[in-house]
Formats: sequence, structure tokens, C-alpha cells
Amino acid sequence: MGYPDKVVWRDATFEVEQGEFVAVIGPNGAGKTTLFRMLLGLRRPQGGSLAVFGGSPHRGNSRIGYVPQRHTIDHETHIECESLVRMGVSGTRWGPGFSLREEREAARASLEAVGASELAHECLGTLSGGELQRIFLAEALVGNPEMLLLDEPLSNLDLRRSRELVDLVDRLTRSRRVTTLLVAHDINPLIQCLDKVIYMANGRVATGAPENVLTSKSLTALYGVPVEVLRDSRNNLVIVGGEESRGAEAE
Amino acid sequence: MSFSWNLLTDFRFLWQFEFMRNAFEAGTIVAFVAGIIGYFVVLRRSAFATHALGHVGFSGGAAAVLLGVNPVYGLLVFTISGAGGMALLGRKASSRDLEIGTVLAFMLALGVLFIQLYKGYAGAAYSLLFGDIIAISDAEVLFTLGASVAVLAVMLLVYRRLLFASLDEDVAEAKGMPMVALGFLFMVLLAVAISMAVQVIGVLLIFALMVTPAAMAVRLTRRPATAVLVSVSTALFAVWAGLFISFFAFGGQFPASFFIVSIAFALYVVVRVADVLGLTRVLHRTTPVVKPVAPPGPNPQESM
Repeated sequence: MGYPDKVVWRDATFEVEQGEFVAVIGPNGAGKTTLFRMLLGLRRPQGGSLAVFGGSPHRGNSRIGYVPQRHTIDHETHIECESLVRMGVSGTRWGPGFSLREEREAARASLEAVGASELAHECLGTLSGGELQRIFLAEALVGNPEMLLLDEPLSNLDLRRSRELVDLVDRLTRSRRVTTLLVAHDINPLIQCLDKVIYMANGRVATGAPENVLTSKSLTALYGVPVEVLRDSRNNLVIVGGEESRGAEAE
Repeated sequence: MSFSWNLLTDFRFLWQFEFMRNAFEAGTIVAFVAGIIGYFVVLRRSAFATHALGHVGFSGGAAAVLLGVNPVYGLLVFTISGAGGMALLGRKASSRDLEIGTVLAFMLALGVLFIQLYKGYAGAAYSLLFGDIIAISDAEVLFTLGASVAVLAVMLLVYRRLLFASLDEDVAEAKGMPMVALGFLFMVLLAVAISMAVQVIGVLLIFALMVTPAAMAVRLTRRPATAVLVSVSTALFAVWAGLFISFFAFGGQFPASFFIVSIAFALYVVVRVADVLGLTRVLHRTTPVVKPVAPPGPNPQESM
């Protein structure tokens, strides 16, 4: 898997079952976003095969809800949240559809599901990072997808907001039987909720239950250099060695 | 030309003149199109591309004058080609200020050359640059109407898709929206709208109709459909009031463009000042927060 001039990773095999909460972890450039783009049908693997819901990935798959890393929404975006969430259901339709009740109600139900009803008429440009992520989640959920792809939703959140968002995603995953793939740098805010980890580093991929993947032995094999996994008193993981130092994570 | 404070009488008086009727008709059509397209210009942050397309249009209009055909055809050919070129370079191209600025200057220079080569009426350059709405003929009004109806029809058809693609590029792409085609379509609609607007307001003042009303509207409302409505109303008001004042004030010796742009500018300034003072907040519907908001389900705080 990779770009014409660069293989990002190879020899990766993994399966994700319906209703699982899976974290995709690894340093920058490890191919996490590329994996999502392949699942969305925006990019083809250079070799091997990839099946989504038993078929080949295709663009515009309405069974997938996608939360990308946004670059286009900032403090200059003078649009209310409900209008963005509505796009999740109406954005692909023809015609003006200025005030379809069905669209509005779907948007409101989705905002309620993420606990953001009170933000419906707030301006996107004025929201905090955590609030924005909840709105994006609502937009992804509005078409009742069976799979959620969340790209770095925690990257601009402090630990407390990260945990809140992870709890929300976990509840939605369980209550709606959605399959959730979440890309993150740091495993710690997620570790309580995960069914599976896809760990990417050094052009290789390790995958399995967190307790099997997040061990000194397995990560040493992945990175090819000695890596140690330590636990602190609150069961937080510290990964020493490999590329998992803070410096390698900095954007 | 006597002005009374009975505006209806004044308007009836003004309406007797064919050139004013034509000016009002063309101005109204253009304000409609500019107000709608302008909202997407603001949303897609293509203001500089809009400005540049106006300049591309100038050389097109000047070339048409040189060839002895109506400038609007030259405007259309040049702006659509320019818009197509920008669209093919991708959406990011519309924010490449340096490249666009370089091409813009060259196009303006070409326009100057064409105007120099043309030995006839020197006012042609002036009316391209600053607009000459009271010189619009019946045939031009009809042409403007036809082109604008086409733009509006396409716009209505793709409104939601274009909004999605403009507001949320990555998700729209994943949802299967044809991003390149939508970007191309928008740029062509923009080019036609600019060509129509140049007749009213001129190349250099295009911003006042294509951007100012929409830039004001997004400060007043957060709903796209309402913003489009406010943007169109503002453009209409600026054109109508501008024409009206230019007809009556100072013996009608000052150009309508000046008044149209000034009114749009004044409205914009008022709204921005009101925004800074927090006066626009009353317009925004916010859900009253009755109690500290807890998302449904188990309290997320407990994990801390």
C-alpha cells in the first residue's frame, strides 16, 4: 500500500467485525489517513485486496460516515451547526430544498444524539475544538451509517475533552452497533473502550486486541528496535523507544 | 428632473425615460445573480479570483470593442476561458494570490493595448472599467436576462451539492460528489455573472455587487438560504437606490456606479460596526440554555 514513489506499508492483514471500536494508532506518515481514503474508495491499494462490507470500496458509500481532519472550517465560517449537519443528509441531493422538514428533523435528531442540541444555531466559527468534533460527528451520523471513520478527532483536545469525546463515540458505537475506526496519536484516552488496535509504524502493521498488541514484545517486533511498554499507577501506557517519542508526534 | 419627497411620483417620472427603464431592468437582473453567486464566492473564499476574472473580462471586452462586436461577447469568452483555467488547476488555485495577480496584470495590460489599437470612441474603456448602466440597450437587457435566467436555473439545480462541496470539501468528496465538475461549473457560473455585472458596475467595481452584499449577509445570518436572501436584497437595494439617486442628485451628472458602490459600502460598514458592538447578536437564534448541559446517556464527567 502506498504512493507511486513510496510504499507506506506492506504485508498488513486485518479484519474488523461489525460493531467493533477500533483504534488506528501510529506516528505521522504511517498511512493512517491513507487507510481511510482506501476504505472510502478515494484511493486504491497498490497490491492486495480490501473489502468493505464484503464488497470493493467505492466512493459515495452511504453506509460510511466520515469525519476527516478539517481544514476548511475556521473562525471565518459564519454558518450555524444545524446547516452543516443537514449537509450530511441533503448535501448530495439535487434542487434547492430550502426548508425540507425531513432534513431539519434528521439534523436535529443527530445533534441530540451527540448531546449538542444546544449548539444547533451557534456559529461553527465560534465553537471550541471539542464542540466542533461533536458537530462533525453529528454530520457523519445523520445518514445512519453502519461504519464511522474518525480521522484524528482528538488531535486538538485536552485530556478531559478527549475522554469525553471517546466516551460519546463508545456509547454511539455500542448503542447503534456501528463499526468505528478512530485514528489517533495517543492510545491512552481510548484504551478503556477498544476492541481492537491497528498499530502502524515503520512500514509495518500490527493488529489485534489491545492487550496483545500493546506489549513490549509485539511493539519491538513492529519497530524492529527495542521498545518498552510501561504502565503507570493509573494504568496509562507509556511507550519508550521506537518513534513513539513526543518529538516524532509533533505536527 | 425635479425631485419631490413623494418617491412614487419621482419614480413615475424617472420611469418615463427608456434609458432609466433599461438601467433598472438590467440592474435588477444583475443584482439577483450577483447576490446569489456572491454568497458562494464568500463561502469558497474566491474573492480574489472574482476580482481577477473581472480584469480578464476587461481584456475580453476591449478585444470585442476592437473587433467591432458588443463587449459583452468578449467578456463572456475571456471570463469563461479564464474561469475554466482556474477550475482545472483545482480549487486551491482560487487562493493562489500570486499566480492570479500576475495573470491579472497581464490581462489588464492586454486590455490597454486593445483599447489603444481601437481608434474609435474612447469612452469604451471607461465604461468597461467603471460600468455604464444608463447606456444599456433593449437588446442588451434581453441578453442579460437570458444569460442570468440560465445561471439561476443551474444554480437552483445544484444549490445543495455546491453548498456541500463549498462548505465541507473532504466529506463531500467522500460522499461521491464530483468535486472537479462542481468547481468547474461554479467558476463558469461566476464568469457569466461577472460578464453581466460588468455592464452595470464595470470591471474595477465588480466587488461591490459580487462580494460586498454577501460579505455583509454572513454577518447578519448563519443560515445559508437566509444569507442568500439577504445578499440578494442588499444588492437589489444598492442598485435601485444608486440609480435613483444618480438620476436626481446633482442634476444627474454623477455616474450611477459611484452611488451603487457607495450604498453597498455604507451598508457593509454599518453591519460590521453593529457586529463589533454586538448588536447583530439579537438576530441569531440561540437555544436558551436552561441548565448546565449534560449529553444524554451516562454522564461523561464520571470518567474523570
